[in-house]
Amino acid sequence: MAVIIVILVTIMVFSAMRLLPGDPLEIFIGQSAGMGQMTEDVKEQLRHEYGLDKSPVIQYFDWIGGVLRGDLGRSITYRDSVGTLMAERFPITLHIGLVAFVLGNIIGIAMGIIAALRRGSWMDSLVTMLSYIGISIPVFWLGFLLMYVFGFHLKWLPISGYVSPFDDFWLSTKHIIMPVICIMITGLAVIARQTRSSVLEVSQQDYVRTAWSKGLPERAVVAKHILKNSLIPVVTLLGIGIGIIFGGSVLVEQVFAIPGIGRLLVTSVFQQDYVVVQSGVLVISFIVIMSNLIVDISYAWLDPRIRYG
Amino acid sequence: MTNNPNKVTFYESPPRISEWRRFWRVFLQRKLVIIGLMILLILVITAIFAPWLASYDPYRGDPYDALAQPSAKHLLGTDIQGRDTLSRLIYGARMVFIVGFVTTGFAATVGVTLGIIAGYYKGITNMIIMRIMDALMGFPMIILALMLAAILGGGIQNVIIALSVAMIPGYARILHGLTLSIKENDYILAQEAMGSSGRRIMFTHILPNSLPVMIVLITLQLGTLILAEAGLSFLGVGIKPPGAAWGAMVADGYKYLTTNPVLSFAPGFAIMLVVFAFNLVGDGLRDALDPRLRGLL
Repeated sequence: MAVIIVILVTIMVFSAMRLLPGDPLEIFIGQSAGMGQMTEDVKEQLRHEYGLDKSPVIQYFDWIGGVLRGDLGRSITYRDSVGTLMAERFPITLHIGLVAFVLGNIIGIAMGIIAALRRGSWMDSLVTMLSYIGISIPVFWLGFLLMYVFGFHLKWLPISGYVSPFDDFWLSTKHIIMPVICIMITGLAVIARQTRSSVLEVSQQDYVRTAWSKGLPERAVVAKHILKNSLIPVVTLLGIGIGIIFGGSVLVEQVFAIPGIGRLLVTSVFQQDYVVVQSGVLVISFIVIMSNLIVDISYAWLDPRIRYG
Repeated sequence: MTNNPNKVTFYESPPRISEWRRFWRVFLQRKLVIIGLMILLILVITAIFAPWLASYDPYRGDPYDALAQPSAKHLLGTDIQGRDTLSRLIYGARMVFIVGFVTTGFAATVGVTLGIIAGYYKGITNMIIMRIMDALMGFPMIILALMLAAILGGGIQNVIIALSVAMIPGYARILHGLTLSIKENDYILAQEAMGSSGRRIMFTHILPNSLPVMIVLITLQLGTLILAEAGLSFLGVGIKPPGAAWGAMVADGYKYLTTNPVLSFAPGFAIMLVVFAFNLVGDGLRDALDPRLRGLL
């Protein structure tokens, strides 16, 4: 099933990029200074070089064939292979995204559990309020706020750019603190809300009452009976979290001038560098679809009612 | 565990009070819902009476008064073209409503129809519709909308189209699941036995029965939508200047973050407030309309 979806995605991306107004080659020529007086012959040659003279169907299969062999095509603007461009940028997005994913889920689950177990307390109200803010705040605006406070005023953190953790671990960590907060905030809030309501629901089950009445200590009831059961629905959200991270990276990398995949996509959309956009979007949606597939499988595996059902 | 599990009372059947009365009681009981409704009310009033509320022209500024700090004359200062920030914010509220309601109208109509059709007719129809929806959902929403907006070009109507397409799969997926469960009811079986057409069953039985879920979904999706629209405006593919889109105002104000932070803080805060209000009201509606909570709340 996932295969069909991925094929549909490739067709959609491909046809979407062909519908972009204007000839990608003309735009490229227009952008490069000094190439304005290019002769028709040279244009024809370039067109041939990028395969733009063939029919769209053939172009599609050329592209897919290339992708399957690991060749993502050549960027018109950068005059470099998309594979190379992605290889430079992908680790950056992945670094920030993974840190945000892990931290966001851990903090979100912890906040949700605390809120549910201390229902009605000030901690519950705080978590509820924070998660409302988390799902309502525009991430790029949060970026500006953080930048203003921690960058301009307190001067604790660098306001933009990226340094690889292999070059300078501490500087790199300082660079990614603000982007990580921005990217994880939505997912964190969603996870905290889901965890809270699912812990509350499980706490009312008969088997939890039984656990209490047979005199188990709170720790055992919470860890063995409540948490184990209430975290199953939370797992479904992990797949959505991957999508949120890539979506967020588009905005956040723009805010903090991080040379990652999100920024590459945005620039390429504006430069109508369709080869980069179609391959970049394909890679991202492939990852999102695969992580949803993994989540579906692990969901069935984690929930005995489905496993034996 | 301070929560006493014995506190829950179970009724044999729900107490016999009018559904409407119960709805309003549960819905308006919450302080947060009231806050949300009030924010939305203020926003509606602002959008409707924008020309009377704004003291300056939002599109034309006084170049000699550019980048003014907040003062009695300009409560939130002015931007690089000398346009009054508060007046632009007030007119921006209209943009939020136009984009919000038109997009939701489109996306909900198409998404709900596709979802119900896919859920009602199993087999190949279901398969085709839902796989396309799955594929659309494989794109993070902002990336899908960015791609579409780039294809169509900026401008308010293209932003609406791009966002609508990006929102359709969410509606379709939920309505698909809902239709599958509503279809199991005996009254649908009775209709089928009486020989009602598929179209009649879908639109006079399944659709009204899914209304409560739809209302909640639409309210919560409005929040998501406004965030996505702001994101697009921020990236520069949204509403074209000189239109006063809040997201674009945040992006424009960024250049003067060190000197005039209010230029970017005020519109961002407005976006957050509106999305926050839609989320509060949506959650309130969900609890008030959830039949499983009948008798408990």
